[in-house]
Amino acid sequence: MPGLICTHSHIGGTGAADGSSPIQPGVRVMDSINVRDSGFRRALAGGLTTLNIMPGSGHLISGQTVYCKLRYYETSPRVIDEILIRDKNGTPAGGLKMANGTNSQGDSPFPGTRGKSAYLVREQYIKAREYQAKIVAANSDATKMPPRDLHLESLVEAMQGKRIVHHHTHRHDDIMTVIRLSQEFGFQVVLHHVSEGWKVAKEIADAKISCSIIVLDSPGGKLEAKDMTFSNGRVLDEAGVKVAFHTDDWITDSRLFMRSAALAVRAGMNRDKAIAGLTLAGAEMLGLSDRIGSLTVGKDADLAILNGDPLSVYSHVQETWVEGKKAFDLSKPEDLLYAEGGVNAGSDIDPFLCCFAPAWQGGAK
Amino acid sequence: MILRKKHLASAIIALALCCNYSVAQQPLVVQAKKVITATGQTIENGTVVCVDGKIKAIGKTGEVTIPEKATIVQSEVAMPGMIDVRTCAGLSGILNVDHDSDHIESSSPLQPELRALDAYNPREELVEYIRSFGVTTIHTGHAPGELMSGQTLIAKTVGNSIEEALLVDGRAIAATLAESSSKSGKSSPGTRGKQMAMLRALFIEATELQTKIDAKANPKPAEKSATDKSDKSDKSKDSDKSKDSDKSKDSDKSKDSDKSKDSDKEKTPEPVARNLRLEAVMQVLAGKKALLITADRAQDIASAIRLAEEFKIQIWLDSAADAHLMIPQIKAAGISVLLHPSMARASGEKENQSFLTASKLRAAQIPFAIQGGFEPYVPKVRVVLFEAAIAAAHGLSYDAAIESITISPARILGIQDRVGSLEVGKDADLALYDGDPLEYTTHCVGVIINGKIVSTTVR
Repeated sequence: MPGLICTHSHIGGTGAADGSSPIQPGVRVMDSINVRDSGFRRALAGGLTTLNIMPGSGHLISGQTVYCKLRYYETSPRVIDEILIRDKNGTPAGGLKMANGTNSQGDSPFPGTRGKSAYLVREQYIKAREYQAKIVAANSDATKMPPRDLHLESLVEAMQGKRIVHHHTHRHDDIMTVIRLSQEFGFQVVLHHVSEGWKVAKEIADAKISCSIIVLDSPGGKLEAKDMTFSNGRVLDEAGVKVAFHTDDWITDSRLFMRSAALAVRAGMNRDKAIAGLTLAGAEMLGLSDRIGSLTVGKDADLAILNGDPLSVYSHVQETWVEGKKAFDLSKPEDLLYAEGGVNAGSDIDPFLCCFAPAWQGGAK
Repeated sequence: MILRKKHLASAIIALALCCNYSVAQQPLVVQAKKVITATGQTIENGTVVCVDGKIKAIGKTGEVTIPEKATIVQSEVAMPGMIDVRTCAGLSGILNVDHDSDHIESSSPLQPELRALDAYNPREELVEYIRSFGVTTIHTGHAPGELMSGQTLIAKTVGNSIEEALLVDGRAIAATLAESSSKSGKSSPGTRGKQMAMLRALFIEATELQTKIDAKANPKPAEKSATDKSDKSDKSKDSDKSKDSDKSKDSDKSKDSDKSKDSDKEKTPEPVARNLRLEAVMQVLAGKKALLITADRAQDIASAIRLAEEFKIQIWLDSAADAHLMIPQIKAAGISVLLHPSMARASGEKENQSFLTASKLRAAQIPFAIQGGFEPYVPKVRVVLFEAAIAAAHGLSYDAAIESITISPARILGIQDRVGSLEVGKDADLALYDGDPLEYTTHCVGVIINGKIVSTTVR
């Protein structure tokens, strides 16, 4: 089958925006990624070949995401540049991470309410619009150009369709807020997590917006995710919404990515749509479907080779190929180690716990 | 699950009566194409007859007598209700806010006196959630994260109060040997060495108190005359304190009361004051409770074993991500492992976690069960069925995977006479499926506890 595409991963670290401000669109996650993170090898063991590595979600706008190919062969990449996916101009491809709901709320200067969150985002996009207007008015006259602003530049790219917004959102009303903002400012958006997507599936479909969903073994962990259900994929798909899955690795393990689709099928989702949710649908949500996501002549030779039904617990990835080269081989002891775990298979960096450190440290108290 | 239509009305009645134990139950009969008994035997086309909450008969369909007026339910597969050998469900709630988080109390590193009984919420949504996949018994309680966080209990996943749900109160005390138990700055424990020193000091303190109490209860002949009166006085005071206890010592009581009025206390040594903290630890020393030690790193596993040997106590190794590195030591110490969920995240102290650990423990014949464990964020609770399935896909035999969530945890917890397998005389706790229970796309279609259908929610 085509190499799997994870539309939302945190392998290698998520250190883009810092705690100084809730809106930092100019910060790039590619400047922080540890390419030696063993998570990349484990992702290959799960049949993954492409990742959208995201910062966040502790900010309204936490920075630029980066699309990576897992070019981990016998010799591992030494620097991030070796795994980037570049566009025709050689620019690293990526989106823009945004979030709403409770993760991006906090003490000042972070917003304390949903209303304030939306206001802060609108204010920035309006600034970006005005910034763009100045650039247009300057008409390439360097003396008239506004000072370059990396943050606003990133938002302009989003409004111009050069950068897809990947938006963390859970609750039904937060989902509607994202749709409202995307329509006001004309940015292309993919909804991520979308725990309550099933409650507003028709509205999402009407807005022609895609959903990258997470499938977790149980609901809860926070109020926003209380109504999460295995049925989310089925309901959204039946309403006409394009659905992809994501690992949110380290939230779920990339080695078990196919399980997300299987649990959606368990709840009635069409099998072919669920498989597409691991492959082609994800490619489309990253704007890369001309290169990856299906076994089509001319596309990148990214493959996952399995010994059985991808939706069965008993099936295992045997080999993973990236751009025509073997990057994972279960029959090799070093690759088996990443597939099964054990000493030296674990991550060499701690996960970035942006939003739930208190709970992690022993409960909400 | 298919309820035979002619019996549908009676099934609804059975559901309506599900919490009324005083009414004799209508017999419930489960028929499945495959009955996994967890005794090493699987019955093709099997029938399980449940009467008055117990399994009355089990065997091939057609060879087992079906009682009159029985409700008959049918499914592809039936197996014993599962047991989660280590969870915090019911203390740690779905919202993960103060309101529903009673799994950890951080005011002190050593609080063995905290009872799970006083914190467990049987109506917690997560309890209902895991039940809907076939989990019928949970060993739940205080979470990892403090050196000694509190006690655990065993309950059925049913009932409106803990009294209805309870199987065993105070089954174990939860302790944690890990970085997460350490405090920052000048608070203790701040190191692994200090963690062990504090645990050892606590057990020594409890040992000494036990010695003192034993000496009072059974004074040596030479001291008997000197302590005789005070001994009686102690008993009296104890029974006064606990007013609801029996009055069997009434004859002594009147005399003693007179004595205390005489206020000749200078002649009467102080009674041994009750100490809830040490009483709990003494129960571990007496073998009445196990010490559940969460230990992932190999050196913490070694420390746990060392503690067990020094104080001759029963411990369970909890989580134990490095267990695959310590097989000979665990085997030699004769310790059971409450193994971390197969899908536990391979980071931090679990960085050496392996999908193969369950199969390695099995090969070494070390008793183990796969746990749901404690989750601080998402997923807020794990389903042992899913965790065993991953183990089955990674080297653990199918039967062993089923046992790891049924009879194995029952044996470790000491409740194997009640639950854990489908055998005549055991509690009628069953989980019904529309296919291979371990497969991703199979559904749990019915859950039966004490002979009653308690869930038909399909997820």
